[in-house]
Amino acid sequence: MDKKVAVFACSGIGKSLGAVAREIGYELTERVRPDTTVLTCLALLVINDPEARKLVTENPVIAIDGCVKDCAKKSLEANGAKGVKAYQSIDFFKKHSHLKPEGIAELNEAGKELAALAADELAGVVDELLAEEANNV
Amino acid sequence: MSDKSGKVGIISCSGEAIPGGTISRVACRKVLEELRPGKSVTICLPLFIAGGEEERMFADLFPTITVDGCEKRCAALGTERLSGKPAKTLIVTEILKKKGIPPTTKLRNLGPEEKAAAQAVAEEIAAAIDEVLATK
Repeated sequence: MDKKVAVFACSGIGKSLGAVAREIGYELTERVRPDTTVLTCLALLVINDPEARKLVTENPVIAIDGCVKDCAKKSLEANGAKGVKAYQSIDFFKKHSHLKPEGIAELNEAGKELAALAADELAGVVDELLAEEANNV
Repeated sequence: MSDKSGKVGIISCSGEAIPGGTISRVACRKVLEELRPGKSVTICLPLFIAGGEEERMFADLFPTITVDGCEKRCAALGTERLSGKPAKTLIVTEILKKKGIPPTTKLRNLGPEEKAAAQAVAEEIAAAIDEVLATK
């Protein structure tokens, strides 16, 4: 099976930027690169799920975190992922500061637009990661 | 556990890749903001790995209720392994089945059916909080 980029987003339940990270994950895997990415539950890494561990050790991985605690990145590294491409949603907000995200359970339109822009930017990262994988075969 | 706060800790799986994970997240927010504000607190599940000793003390500080989206029970197992045994463990799919509500299918942009499911799960969590606080 061709390799895919595994995408893990913040499971945050307390901040709008966590909700943005989650939305970026959906935008990236459902709209921008649906055929070459796969979104997986971050919580599976908390229980060291064997299938999730296999996924993150055998595929390139992107982490999208909602705050400086970097839960997605740290959980990936704790499960053996190497060379994680890690991002924080605050960095996308700094670049597009007119799009202020609000809401946690339900993100506002500005937050959704911010997530869509971020996912568009991450498309290139997905393509680069897969190109590197192809060159290493 | 040594809770003196009169609050219960809710830990949601919030699984991004399953509809039940989204329901668990939305339902927990509803409990925190609307149904039991002042009686509930939360922590992000992955902080048990990414955080420090303070985060891992969560289940010592509060009686906890875990809310999982599927039968993998990541929140329940992760909380027990990394913080402490939950007072109650809930699973979204079981709650919906018990209430005769069809399983949800959306991960985001929830419609009326998903919002109704989240409300039903939130009410179950609120009832569980009341039970936990009543037995203290």
